[in-house]
Amino acid sequence: MKAYLTRAYMFSASHRLHCVDFSPEKNVEVYGKCNNPHGHGHNYRIEVTVAGQVDPKLGMICDLGELDTFVQNEILERYGLANLNTFPEFKDVVPTTENLSVEIFNRIRSGFNPAQVTKVRIQETAMNSFEYSGGAALRN
Amino acid sequence: MVYLTRKAEFSAAHYYHNPQWSAEENQRVFGKCANLNGHGHNYTLEVTVKGEPETKSGFVIDLKELKAIMQREVIEVMDHRMLNKEVPEFATAIPTTENLAIAIWKRLEGKLKIAKLHRIRVYETPDLFVDFYGEP
Repeated sequence: MKAYLTRAYMFSASHRLHCVDFSPEKNVEVYGKCNNPHGHGHNYRIEVTVAGQVDPKLGMICDLGELDTFVQNEILERYGLANLNTFPEFKDVVPTTENLSVEIFNRIRSGFNPAQVTKVRIQETAMNSFEYSGGAALRN
Repeated sequence: MVYLTRKAEFSAAHYYHNPQWSAEENQRVFGKCANLNGHGHNYTLEVTVKGEPETKSGFVIDLKELKAIMQREVIEVMDHRMLNKEVPEFATAIPTTENLAIAIWKRLEGKLKIAKLHRIRVYETPDLFVDFYGEP
């Protein structure tokens, strides 16, 4: 039986939305307050969905502890209480939450083997959330 | 196609134990969850059904009917119960959130008259939930 397990995590980080190809005026026009050179921050809630067959011996898709450890080591420790603009992956890519969700999805997809990640959802604020499922259509 | 979701809550106890393993192996794999005295959760269940709204009533399903089926098939069976000992499915399967979602799907599938069951979502905590779509 195939099931989907979603686990939520939280980290806080700062970022600045700024595109080097835009003029200063254009950056302000496009990004508004988010272009503040000093940056600003969010408490990001990350929901990671993994899918797979339920292992009858475990009753689980995968060992939840392994998923927690992977996300803790590879995502939360990397981005928690950091400035997203300082990472190589956001040197030429604006650290919008769209791009952050793609980056986090790809890191889990390539590094976590016990189950396959099928979606990353990031709640940037109570009003904004972003979902990426590796190009596949989102499942209702 | 319109999708409709009805929510319900129940509280239950469980523990994780695979009888084919030694006590040490159960402890190693399941950690605190292997404590045979059990522990509990406030579960939230979301049942999503899909269908075309009926022309006259405008309903995909009569919510009273869905509520009654969920009450009878799930809440009365699982609320304030020890899942391992009091719910038949878990005499053989470990009552993980995955297996709870599958068991609830099987209990509800076939009970709906007009709408089709789409998804069972079971929250074990606000930060952990499982979705099951009836896939093999």
